[in-house]
Amino acid sequence: MAATQKTALGESDPAASAAPGVGGIDWRYIRYRLRRSPLAMLGLAIIAFAAILILGAPWLAPYDPNRLDLLHRLAPPSLAHLFGTDEVGRDLLSRIIYGSRVSIPVGLAVVGISMGAGTVLGAFSGLVGGRTDTVIMRIMDVVLSFPSFVMAIALAAALGPDLVNAMLAIAIVRIPFYVRLARGQALALRERPYVKAAISFGARPLTIVRRHIVPNALAPIIVQSTLDIGGAILTASALSFIGLGAQQPTAEWGAMVSNGRDYLLDQWWYPTFPGLAILVTAVGFNLLGDGLRDIFDPRLRGR
Amino acid sequence: MSFANVVRRRLILLVFVVFGVSLVTFAISHMIPGDPARMMAGERASNEVVAHMRAVLGLDKPLAVQYLAYLRHLAQGDLGISILTQRPVLDDLVLFFPATIELAVAALLFAILLGVPLGVLSAIAKDRAVDQVTRTLSVTGISTPAFWLGLLLIYLFYGRLGIFPGSGRIDGPPPLHLTGFYTLDAALTGNWPALASALAHLFLPALTLGFVHLGIVTRQIRSAMLEVLQEDYVRTAKASGLSRAQIVLDHALRNALIPSVTMIGLAFGDLLYGAVLTETVFAWPGMGNYVVQSIAALDFPAIMGFTVVASTAYVLVNLAVDLTYMFLDPQIRAVG
Repeated sequence: MAATQKTALGESDPAASAAPGVGGIDWRYIRYRLRRSPLAMLGLAIIAFAAILILGAPWLAPYDPNRLDLLHRLAPPSLAHLFGTDEVGRDLLSRIIYGSRVSIPVGLAVVGISMGAGTVLGAFSGLVGGRTDTVIMRIMDVVLSFPSFVMAIALAAALGPDLVNAMLAIAIVRIPFYVRLARGQALALRERPYVKAAISFGARPLTIVRRHIVPNALAPIIVQSTLDIGGAILTASALSFIGLGAQQPTAEWGAMVSNGRDYLLDQWWYPTFPGLAILVTAVGFNLLGDGLRDIFDPRLRGR
Repeated sequence: MSFANVVRRRLILLVFVVFGVSLVTFAISHMIPGDPARMMAGERASNEVVAHMRAVLGLDKPLAVQYLAYLRHLAQGDLGISILTQRPVLDDLVLFFPATIELAVAALLFAILLGVPLGVLSAIAKDRAVDQVTRTLSVTGISTPAFWLGLLLIYLFYGRLGIFPGSGRIDGPPPLHLTGFYTLDAALTGNWPALASALAHLFLPALTLGFVHLGIVTRQIRSAMLEVLQEDYVRTAKASGLSRAQIVLDHALRNALIPSVTMIGLAFGDLLYGAVLTETVFAWPGMGNYVVQSIAALDFPAIMGFTVVASTAYVLVNLAVDLTYMFLDPQIRAVG
């Protein structure tokens, strides 16, 4: 029904159609606003490009990322090797292209885990209220007070140097942000008639969380998670850089910068290009996240 | 809520946080693969010797008893012996602590001194070229891997131009130890060659760490300024014919700075994170460099000691920042 109303309002002014679409989010309005933000569009373009690299790596990479070529060790950038080669003659461009299959999914997974766990826990906490809520939130206060990277180091070190462990470590310390966000939304939504009705019908809390709270709390959570993906990619590559993430011979950007560090002064291209890949990807997600925040945050509208 | 009440609540939280950190590090040191008793006794020690070592270390006691013993040691400042340096972890950390703080303070100064004017400029020139450039710069800052930026700066300023040293804190003997901050000690003792060397060594690491924070500070000041510039008192000031500079500096910036204090304080936690990476790249002899070397050597007492000390420092800094904020904000002070 909302759809017919929207068409009746006409295409000329989508900004006026504030009627929420699926999941409380008006995607047409978001598209409309995004198109008018050049920086957000740039972010979207970078992400699209990264997606092409991830999906098309076998076809786009000029060489096998793990093929050794000892005759062409540490070769400078040339037409044969656009980004040069590493200390065992592997083509850096190919390794960077394949690296997108490691670093970006890791970032997405980290945010997926912390967002999923945090949202459900926060929505549940806010909905149920009372002592359960107090206990959960006090625990979150304590976790929030930890310096997250230090905890990630300790966790990753204890779990053993491995990419999945690094991922879990980063995800766990990010959960409280989503708990707070989702709880705030749940507290507001709890007073809405349809949620009250669901409660009075005897719906189970987790059903209400899934059917009513989460869909309506999605907007701020999407903004937060988009902004988080860039950070998660940076943190995961940082853990790899200090030896706690991806291990040889995985083509992971942070680990590549770490290996290239020894050759910095004579083979500048080796650490430079993998690091550039991290930077550009993080810029992409941060630009899109900024754009989305401007759209969703009514206080920033029209500024 | 009154001021005293907030302070009380925060202090209680502080106790819980330190307790939580100790619980986590205790749990972690029990999760690590390998048997500490065997490690201490040696690879080829007999089972009896290992069992004896286990009893000596208290590892045969129930977990709760072990945890209490761990807490007692923590309370006495005993963080164990580093496997790598064979010295008490606390002594090591005390040794490396000033270098980290010196770097963090220098980076924060750089970020604030450059970030505040940029943020103000960006806000008053909203959506114009200056604003676009500044926003791009701040997104780039937030998205830059500190470890990578450090390498680029070393390549450029040390490798190519040769105008800055690429590693370490100082050439030649360090200045007389007063505070442990080389720049401050050198200045206080009038040791000008040491001061010059210390400053030259500090420059690139501080720039690396500061650039990431420049983005955070600029963004925060910009949005706080935008909010404040819409306030009624700014409009009143405009209407009463005050100059633009007077309005921006006297009325807007002063009020925009208050909420920014919390943000910049929270950024201190990120500074710790960046410091670990920056110190590694520049072989800066601070706590971050120490912990990365400990990770490579699987030196768990050192890693956990660092976690406890860094977490506690972080919580204390945040507490101090929040109290400063409450003190600065006349609204909170008046209500309190």
